[in-house]
Amino acid sequence: MVERTPFLNFFTHVILFVGFVFCIAPFVVVIIAASHNLKDVNDVPMSLLPGNDFWLNIKTAWTTADLGPKLLNSFIMAAGVAAGKVIISALTAFSIVYFRYPGRTFIFWLIFVTLMLPLEVRIVPTYAVVANVLSPYQTILDITGLTWLIEKVSGVQVSLSLGLLNSYTGLILPLIATATGTFLYRQFFLTVPDELTEAARMDGAGPLRFFIDILLPLSRNNMAALGTIMFLWAWNQYLWPLLITTDQSHATAVTELKQLIPNVGGIPEWNIAMAGTLIVMLPPLIVVVAMQRWFVRGLIATEK
Amino acid sequence: MEKRVTFSRWTIGILFAVPQLLLIFTFFYWPAGQAVYWSLTLQQPWGGGNIWVGLDNFRSILSNADYWNSISASLIFAGISTGLAMFIALVLAALTDRQLAGSRLYRVVLIWPYGIAAPALAMAFRFILAPEAGFMAVVNQVWPGFWDPGLDGTDAMASIIVAFSWKYVGYNFIFFLAAFQAIPRSLIEAAAMDGSGVIRRFWDIQFPLITPTIFFLLVINITESFQDSFGIVDIMTSGGPANATNLMVYKIYSDGFKGLDYSGAAAQSIILMLLIVVLTIFQFRFIERRVHYR
Repeated sequence: MVERTPFLNFFTHVILFVGFVFCIAPFVVVIIAASHNLKDVNDVPMSLLPGNDFWLNIKTAWTTADLGPKLLNSFIMAAGVAAGKVIISALTAFSIVYFRYPGRTFIFWLIFVTLMLPLEVRIVPTYAVVANVLSPYQTILDITGLTWLIEKVSGVQVSLSLGLLNSYTGLILPLIATATGTFLYRQFFLTVPDELTEAARMDGAGPLRFFIDILLPLSRNNMAALGTIMFLWAWNQYLWPLLITTDQSHATAVTELKQLIPNVGGIPEWNIAMAGTLIVMLPPLIVVVAMQRWFVRGLIATEK
Repeated sequence: MEKRVTFSRWTIGILFAVPQLLLIFTFFYWPAGQAVYWSLTLQQPWGGGNIWVGLDNFRSILSNADYWNSISASLIFAGISTGLAMFIALVLAALTDRQLAGSRLYRVVLIWPYGIAAPALAMAFRFILAPEAGFMAVVNQVWPGFWDPGLDGTDAMASIIVAFSWKYVGYNFIFFLAAFQAIPRSLIEAAAMDGSGVIRRFWDIQFPLITPTIFFLLVINITESFQDSFGIVDIMTSGGPANATNLMVYKIYSDGFKGLDYSGAAAQSIILMLLIVVLTIFQFRFIERRVHYR
């Protein structure tokens, strides 16, 4: 620092250390509780020395909540959302930055508004749409009279129906339908020098060529940042998977945690619950630690 | 800002936007419109379509004591947890920005909580704050009956506030630290040469320069407290005891999916949407101030 401030430095160290302790204490408690046997974990006060049953508890939690397939589901959902976001946002941003077409500003605002309303607040109707994802189009056909027209002309009764409950598509698509990534790319595309576009055009590259060979390689940093953030965000989703996976086969690890809440009556099995919690919180934590740089960058950039 | 050089084949341009437009139409605009429609109609119990009831759904919700209870619980939750999470993060970030030995460790570790899923951390805190085992049990042994989130609404509210704040301290910390580090060192050094101390420099230089970040985080924290709280509430308290932690999103979920009252849930969604839109507009008024400092 600029000057010597021994007292303030001491104070700084103390506060930061206290913050540090509060920050990691829950992690430590979870790990220690997960290593105790049933009796020790319910001791008051619980011993802070790890017990010997760590692997046993992990195994019990793993089989009780059937975490193997659930973790796989979580992974598929998170990877799907991250990949979908990275690709679709790039396409859209390219369209609204590099082209002039009528209605471009309108499309921009159409996408921009989606930032305002998170999935949680429009959860009930979104659920109804996913139950039959073609229902909006069916309704449009009905209202415009096209259903009637088609039936008169060809004799075919149009009834579009495609249920996405209990499917990966149903888990993933509604989570992609926001504007978060689009503006990250837009911000970046606007900083790409015009000379690059001119040079590419002079060399005879069309829009598709320019996009794939020049713009995308330049956006690698943005893709990594956006991918990391979206992976974590999707992994940590709870309400949406809880609703649309009525069937166990598509449940995710985070929603399965509920199975591990110790029931009232009897001695609560907190050691198993904490072992399960540890398993579920570990993958995102690994991503945060390994991808820290992209995580921080993505977080700050996507919110702007 | 606009590009000077663009491509002329605009049909291709529109094609690039089509996937996104299809998605937001199907999963955003249609459901949002549907919510408006449902909130103005009432579904008949034995099918036969919806009947138009105008603003009756809103009237019956707004005259329901449970709903006002849910709003006040949400506001208390939003207010206290936002205040806590932002104040703690601000102090930690300001001190980390002094870059004493070890500050790199804090920069890495303090953001870990934000990576954790809300239900997972809720589970951890449910154990830590459990009345019969864990850590509050020790307090209960000294003062029997002091702490029981299962029976006492205030204790339950305190539990979910602690869990939510713990996660969002990490989030706010990242933004505050970035804001502090964006302040030119020369400003601080010039002030130091003029003889101002660390505290004085904080209040007169750093704090005014990060006010845009503070406003921004204020809005984000409040909106997140409406949505990200669902997992915490569901795992820790299930809205209880006696509706003490029945926050707005949780109530929409339980009315809509447990009570199957789509119209009521839709009307609640609309009110929550309006609340969030107002907050967001409020935020955009301050975005200009943010840019102003650049």
